[in-house]
Amino acid sequence: MTAAPRAAGRRSWLKPAVFAGALVPLAALLVRAARGTLGANPIAEALNELGLTALVLLVASLACTPAREVLGWTWAIGLRRMLGLFAFFYASLHFATYIGLDQGLRLAAVFADVTKRKFIFVGFAAFVLLAPLAATSTAASVQRLGFVRWKRLHRLAYVAAILGVVHFFLRVKKDVSEPAVYATVLALLLAARVYVGLRDRQPRAPIATSSRARPAP
Amino acid sequence: MTNVPKPPPSSEITPEAAWADRRRFLKNSVLFAATAAGVGGGLVWLTGGARGRGQGPRAATTPGAGGELGALRPSPYSTDEPMSTYAQATTYNNFYELGLDKGDPSRLAGTLKPRPWTVEIGGEVRRPQTVDIDTLLRWFPLEERVYRMRCVEGWSMVIPWDGFPLASLLGRVEPTSAARYVAFTSLLDPAQLPGQRSGVLAWPYVEGLRLDEAMHPLAILAVGLFGRPLPGQNGAPLRLVVPWKYGFKGVKSIVKITLTRDQPPTTWSIAGPEEYGFYANVNPAVDHPRWSQATERRIGEVKRRPTLPFNGYAEQVAGLYAGMDLSRNF
Repeated sequence: MTAAPRAAGRRSWLKPAVFAGALVPLAALLVRAARGTLGANPIAEALNELGLTALVLLVASLACTPAREVLGWTWAIGLRRMLGLFAFFYASLHFATYIGLDQGLRLAAVFADVTKRKFIFVGFAAFVLLAPLAATSTAASVQRLGFVRWKRLHRLAYVAAILGVVHFFLRVKKDVSEPAVYATVLALLLAARVYVGLRDRQPRAPIATSSRARPAP
Repeated sequence: MTNVPKPPPSSEITPEAAWADRRRFLKNSVLFAATAAGVGGGLVWLTGGARGRGQGPRAATTPGAGGELGALRPSPYSTDEPMSTYAQATTYNNFYELGLDKGDPSRLAGTLKPRPWTVEIGGEVRRPQTVDIDTLLRWFPLEERVYRMRCVEGWSMVIPWDGFPLASLLGRVEPTSAARYVAFTSLLDPAQLPGQRSGVLAWPYVEGLRLDEAMHPLAILAVGLFGRPLPGQNGAPLRLVVPWKYGFKGVKSIVKITLTRDQPPTTWSIAGPEEYGFYANVNPAVDHPRWSQATERRIGEVKRRPTLPFNGYAEQVAGLYAGMDLSRNF
């Protein structure tokens, strides 16, 4: 792949821009918290927004590979790790807000929630699954684990996203339209992976095989 | 001066490479700003901005909108706990007929017209009648009842309602000896309540009480809060308030009250029979299947507080449920 470094050079603004953009929800939240405009129940509002931002970023990170394979957007792959790490960052803030502000550090109550409630357990499991992925997101980790094993491990991102969507479904009282949107997007991304997998099994596609073999940065 | 300006020394001429760099720098700066704004704006829209979620209070809902209700009798049933603010009580609402997010009803309540309004009272009563809301308002002196309000979602407020005992109205229409329940029906009109165009719940919203619950002096029909007529988002012009039950029992914008022999259907118990029962008494010992009901957040407070049995009204109402298994009759 000689195109990738050239593309990266040509799009030197892209990663910093996405980095800055990914910090906007946090900045907006802090500004609204400081101005007292988060509504009557600011903790619930912050909790919801942080959790949803984590889910959106996780889904976005999962869209990078299909974007390259199906749409040919080679630049997207360069954003994958950063989007995944931001998803973990927002999931951590979401979890910290739940423990610290929502539950007021009553760890016994948190423990009871996590073990007793499917809703909390599923969200917690998604968060726990993201931790090893964040820890092994460096190029050195890819080397240490070997690409095949690293890739297999990082398929957990899909499991985490599915759990995140289930968590969302369980949270709403009745209207499931919004979680259904994320479930649909996730299903489409999974379908794209299956499509790419089947396509690349054909020996006649040299472009596809070369792109598939390339380790992610 | 006649001097022709001297050409700049060659040392001041921008090298072509630097000129190209600056062009590229400007272009990249624009691309950077546009992408960052797009990503950031998109994330905020998806996670908070869409459908106006999380917007602050609307100016039109500040006190002063609408006339005053006049003299209000104080009530021994009122709590002396600190009250929630008018803004809290009128901008953080569950009224799915006006939108699913808490801030929606206050922004969208303009479509709900509380006048003219009639209430049809019938079923197992000796004196069925359809009464205009302003006539109804003259029947009973209005009292102020400062009640705790506990939502099934785990938050609570303290709200000064203005209204009259439901028992007063029921006494006036004279239930027959066959009457055992009271059924309430909310307005069905998608033009006034645009949320009814979505099928999230079965419309109209219906609720019900056992007759002895309905006759309990704590159960009131409210026509105002904070001394002002009910804003649309709080269920104008007439709503039920039963403070020992979860908030969803407090059916809003009532158009019909029917005394029945059999237990009437209730909207949330149809929507989720495992999660929402007919009784819906506040009970810290009976969890919602998906979350604990042991604690609640009083709106405006950070720390959660323990939820009390029957929302702190056990002394008055626990007797209504003597001998009943409250974990089954939730």
